[in-house]
Amino acid sequence: MLERIPALLALEDGAVFEGVAFGAVGERPGEVVFNTGLMGYSEILTDPSYKGQIVVMTYPHIGNYGISPSDFESWEPHVEGFVVRELSGVTSNWRSQVDLEDFLRQHNIIGVSEIDTRALTRHIRLHGALRGYISTADTNPDDVVDKARASQGMLGRDLVQVVTANAPFTWEEGTQDWETGRPMRQPDGPTLHVVAYDYGIKHNLLRELCDRGCRITVVPATTPASEVLTLNPDGVFLSNGPGDPAALEYAVANVRRLLGRTPMFGVCLGHQLMGLAVGGSTYKLKFGHHGVNHPVKNLATGQVEITSQNHGFAVAADSLPPSVEVTHVNLNDGTVEGLRHREAAAFSVQYHPEAAPGPHDAQYLFDEFRALMLDKREPA
Amino acid sequence: MPKRTDIHTILVLGSGPIVIGQAAEFDYSGAQACKALRADGYRVVLVNSNPATIMTDPELADQTYIEPLTVDVVTQIIDQERPDALLPTVGGQTALNLAVDLAEAGVLEKYSVELIGASVPVVRLAEDRLLFREAMQEIGVATPKSGLASTLEEALAIGDEVGYPVIVRPSFTLGGRGGGIAYSKPELEALADRALRASPVHQTLIEESVLGWKEFELEVMRDKADNFVVVCSIENFDPMGVHTGDSITVAPIQTLTDREYQTMRDMARRIIRRVGVETGGSNIQFAVNPKDGRQVVIEMNPRVSRSSALASKATGFPIAKIAARLAVGYHLDEIRNDITRETPASFEPTIDYVVTKIPRWDFAKFPGADPTLTTSMKSVGEVMAMGRTFKESLQKALRSLEIGADGLTPGPLRDCDALLKLIETPTPERMFQIGDALRAGASTAEIHAHTSIDPWFLGQLAEIVAFESELARASQVGDPLADRALLRRAKRMGFSDRQIARIVLGDARREMDVRAARLALGVTPVYERVDTCAAEFEAYTPYLYSTYETHDEAEPTTRQKIMILGSGPNRIGQGIEFDYCCCHAAFSLRDLGYETIMVNCNPETVSTDYDTSDRLYFEPITAEDVLNIVEREKPMGVILQLGGQTPLKLALPLQAAGVPILGTSPDAIDLAEDRERFGRLLERLGIPQPPNGTARSLAEARHVARAIGYPVLVRPSYVLGGRAMAIVYDDAELEQFGREALSVAPDHPLLIDRFLDDAYEVDVDAVADGERVVIGGILEHIEAAGIHSGDSAAVLPPYKVSAYHLSIMREYTEALGLALGVRGLMNVQFAIQDDIVYVLEVNPRASRTVPFVSKATGVPLAKIASHIMVGKTLAEIGFVEEPAVDGFFVKEAVLPFERFPGVDPALGPEMRSTGEVMGHASRFGHAFAKAEIAAGDHLPTSGKALISVNDYDKSNILKIARDLHSMGFDLLATAGTAEWLRRVGLPADVIPKVSDGSQAILDAMRTHQVDLVINTPLGRSAISDGRLMRMTARQHGVPLFTTLSAAAAAVNAIRALKSKQLRVRSLQTHHATEA
Repeated sequence: MLERIPALLALEDGAVFEGVAFGAVGERPGEVVFNTGLMGYSEILTDPSYKGQIVVMTYPHIGNYGISPSDFESWEPHVEGFVVRELSGVTSNWRSQVDLEDFLRQHNIIGVSEIDTRALTRHIRLHGALRGYISTADTNPDDVVDKARASQGMLGRDLVQVVTANAPFTWEEGTQDWETGRPMRQPDGPTLHVVAYDYGIKHNLLRELCDRGCRITVVPATTPASEVLTLNPDGVFLSNGPGDPAALEYAVANVRRLLGRTPMFGVCLGHQLMGLAVGGSTYKLKFGHHGVNHPVKNLATGQVEITSQNHGFAVAADSLPPSVEVTHVNLNDGTVEGLRHREAAAFSVQYHPEAAPGPHDAQYLFDEFRALMLDKREPA
Repeated sequence: MPKRTDIHTILVLGSGPIVIGQAAEFDYSGAQACKALRADGYRVVLVNSNPATIMTDPELADQTYIEPLTVDVVTQIIDQERPDALLPTVGGQTALNLAVDLAEAGVLEKYSVELIGASVPVVRLAEDRLLFREAMQEIGVATPKSGLASTLEEALAIGDEVGYPVIVRPSFTLGGRGGGIAYSKPELEALADRALRASPVHQTLIEESVLGWKEFELEVMRDKADNFVVVCSIENFDPMGVHTGDSITVAPIQTLTDREYQTMRDMARRIIRRVGVETGGSNIQFAVNPKDGRQVVIEMNPRVSRSSALASKATGFPIAKIAARLAVGYHLDEIRNDITRETPASFEPTIDYVVTKIPRWDFAKFPGADPTLTTSMKSVGEVMAMGRTFKESLQKALRSLEIGADGLTPGPLRDCDALLKLIETPTPERMFQIGDALRAGASTAEIHAHTSIDPWFLGQLAEIVAFESELARASQVGDPLADRALLRRAKRMGFSDRQIARIVLGDARREMDVRAARLALGVTPVYERVDTCAAEFEAYTPYLYSTYETHDEAEPTTRQKIMILGSGPNRIGQGIEFDYCCCHAAFSLRDLGYETIMVNCNPETVSTDYDTSDRLYFEPITAEDVLNIVEREKPMGVILQLGGQTPLKLALPLQAAGVPILGTSPDAIDLAEDRERFGRLLERLGIPQPPNGTARSLAEARHVARAIGYPVLVRPSYVLGGRAMAIVYDDAELEQFGREALSVAPDHPLLIDRFLDDAYEVDVDAVADGERVVIGGILEHIEAAGIHSGDSAAVLPPYKVSAYHLSIMREYTEALGLALGVRGLMNVQFAIQDDIVYVLEVNPRASRTVPFVSKATGVPLAKIASHIMVGKTLAEIGFVEEPAVDGFFVKEAVLPFERFPGVDPALGPEMRSTGEVMGHASRFGHAFAKAEIAAGDHLPTSGKALISVNDYDKSNILKIARDLHSMGFDLLATAGTAEWLRRVGLPADVIPKVSDGSQAILDAMRTHQVDLVINTPLGRSAISDGRLMRMTARQHGVPLFTTLSAAAAAVNAIRALKSKQLRVRSLQTHHATEA
């Protein structure tokens, strides 16, 4: 067995966790968050919303099924660090192309294993998501704590510009059957043109839209609303993304301009931007929601959806103007999970209807978006 | 939607006796359902024939019927109680089948009883394989290729079509009974024949083999609003081909990507919707081809199951309780999560540990049975363990099994090729053989090629084996016991102190040295909480498991606390009865204001419900694991006497470690178990026992046997349930069985007793407080001496014992209880022969009959004993007089012979029953008839009785035969017996024996031309006519009696059945009337 290099994870409050390094070596700051999903680490690693964050997996065995690029949610991994209890020494899955350790090494991401991830998770639950620092270079815990304290926090931080596309591009690939490689769904009806703002967009959002007969133009986060409208979209999609929504004034302004001009659907950060655009406010949750088991109630149907979530900020319910209604609430903590504009054709959810990882309970929202676009398309 | 207000009384059906495939998990789920429904204000009427259950405690239902689970009986109960609804989903396949039968008989319609939890169409769709397959096709869910056969010819045609090997799955049988795998046409011919017979609808599925595919299970729930959650995902270590009840299983799934898992979850949702389960839980099994990820659904159970009990214990999400509440109209989001308190039940539990379940088998009890694991379940119990890694949880589970393994212990074989060959066949030994193959140098790739077990699991085993050698190497160059980092790594991989002692010190018995070293270095476990949410929310329920991490969450209180050690995995001889006693201790001590701490590793039980005690440690019951908990909790005392041999074995090490043991002292327990010490005690008290001696070698045994005189009873000391016990008639037999017994327990001497032939046995259960002994109940065995007490039918009160003998037994019981200083429960076994009352043994601990006696008398003996153990006297408790018994209560044993074709179903001194039923009535005959019916033997009231008895029994059969004849039975007998009958003028048709070259006798049973068989075996001779006859009778469900005493009782019962219809009465009514 390989001799493992020791690694330290220090938090700004002085807590230090010892483990061993896998993947890359070096040091890196990041906000430390935990994810309670049992599977789905490939999707998590490549989800741009984790930019700026060190992700702790609460399930102890990670890496069991290796890495399969068809599970990726973007072109590359984005986490600042990856913390697990035990890295699997064996990769067992027919789709796997590379093992987790090599994958992290290739992308220069530090992994830390042998950490008491439950103790770390409890610490975060009690003290909130904290700034942290991973180091395989510095063995002095006090130094590493100092580095964590010196690092930048999440509040007020625009990480969207770090992960957004440099230039517009089109997307035409839907969900594929992994056995046959063929598209899973053959949409019927007219093809709709969706302009998707890339704040750090997850590819499964694009696949799901594509599955529902959408041609998608993905545009950089800073694209002005006027430019979007010249593309003649049937609807605009606001994607997920990292960081503090309140720092994205340009994005909020664009959403405000587009509201009412074109059907709109926002997810996660996109949902928060919509909340801000209608005059609401957002706030930072203690330790966020990162997992695939969050119960959300659809207030219109009374049904409970088990949802995939990944956010550290939320829209404040009491900040919302009468022009929007809350459509979904989180049953664990009562936070706002969905909004609908009463006049403009616009709605949004805080959670991830595209899942990946996570249950597919909320895929109907894509159908609703298509219906909304079709509805608005027909001349009155 | 809140709960329904249009229903008031709910009938709950239990699962009946413990049998293979349907065990204590249904006591757990049934008890949960009853509690939940009553808490919601419903009136609960419960029917279950099994008296050893917590669910049949009178406090759990408004009316409790310990009555046979048959259409006739339940119809009477419905008529009496007029329930509005029937909940059939918490009593296993038995309850589900019975509910369907009740519906089909029109009973439910007649009395306007609504089925809740599952409807008849749902059950049909899930159970009828053809309908299920069609439904799956409709919703685009793949199933293995298959066809349904009602005849042998059809079966063979389908076999040719799908290609061999094929799986044979009979419709509507428990735990896959009667199924199997056929690799060729001749094999299919034999299997299909058996399957068609096993199926109550004479139907079997012949299915494409997905042998070697990965096997998964999802435990799912759905409510009336179509809310759907997956409570737990399970991956089987053993690939497809081994029944899931016989598979080592792991939660959560380890080797699927999220994408694959979500595909499975989507399928599960479509399946439960299509099948139509609207309110409750289901178990859905899938197979996945490891080569291309193709997924197929195997089956679904529209009810709570063994797996759902496991899932509940594994996640902290109480499926049965929630299923019961959904059935009365609640939605998932209206139910709180007990553990987090702040979140609703409409979520999917997530865990941050690994759960491993390992079945426990008892093949040694069934010589001749094939230990190959197939699609027909054969295990009798199971253990579960939790650890932060698979390695830790696996090794904890292995040591929980109590089969002599301290973890992944090495076996005797070293030959790699031989091991690789062996592991191709799944058997109970396979896990250990894989470890040995790795030690012998096999690669995980080779092992995968020979077993199809997923490489990920094999990689984990390889890490354990590699670490083992690292530890061994370290002990050659230094002292691993002084190396903190190394010891910590060992513990984090689940190595027990015994394992480390074996590897490092060369002797597992030096575990205390390892413990001392470990404690000196501060390598101690922490306890983490099972919280349903991977620490995302605070857990308020102290449901704990040990692991070697950095933060302890036990948070012990400073209250006065009592720790109760459970009974570990169910096995033959130690089953649900002991769990019942442990639960009663927890309930009653909690009532007295103590904090109760339960320790157990059996996921089926009520004791491991986090509601049963104040604190639950789901841990192996070994000296190491128990001492660790004691150190953390510092209880004022530990109760060992209620969990059977499992905790008792720890009496000496715990006492040596200074742990206060409550109740009867370990020394008194030893005094009762130690043959020589006990013999001296009896002599001093002037109580006779059968002449006996002990021997440490065969030569010595021969000497002792000759001195005592044949026949003698031979058995190893310190063995439960009569393991390796035999009655031998001569030197040659002694040689054979003595050798076997010596090998079972090589450290202990052989016990040799004079066998009291023609004696009858009596069991006495009593409680004592050191100053007073009060008898709880006296049970007379119906089978004569020589049949293990666990397998013998018994009746309370005795129906054929004289008042004189009873008074002697009372006197002896009192003398023994006082002499031994018993504080708590005790059980004495007596035999009466030629007017002399002998003491066979005294067990100063809970016995198997405690729940039965408590149900019959209404006196909660285990609770009283618990109070005594914390210092109360019998006078203070107010239990000073042997309770009077109104009517007769008959206990009948239920035996698993149908699972083990090829095993002689004659009863003997070795216990082989898995469970028991109770029948009660004002007359003995009716009570016995009820017990027989509840045990599955429907006594005929007319027809043909086949009699074939050994010469020894010939004179005594005459009365029985005469009674049968006078009641209108036609008599059929083998030549010798017929001759005897004719001599006294009883007409008997002669039927030739098999040894005469005729199959007539077997055919008569196969075609049900015989309604009753009385056949007594002679000695323990090998293949004989009798054996074939008995096996055939068992297989074809013909009531069989292998002792004359049982046959006489049956005759009595038949007479009662003919004279008057059976009536039913609830326990509550019975005991109220009595008072």
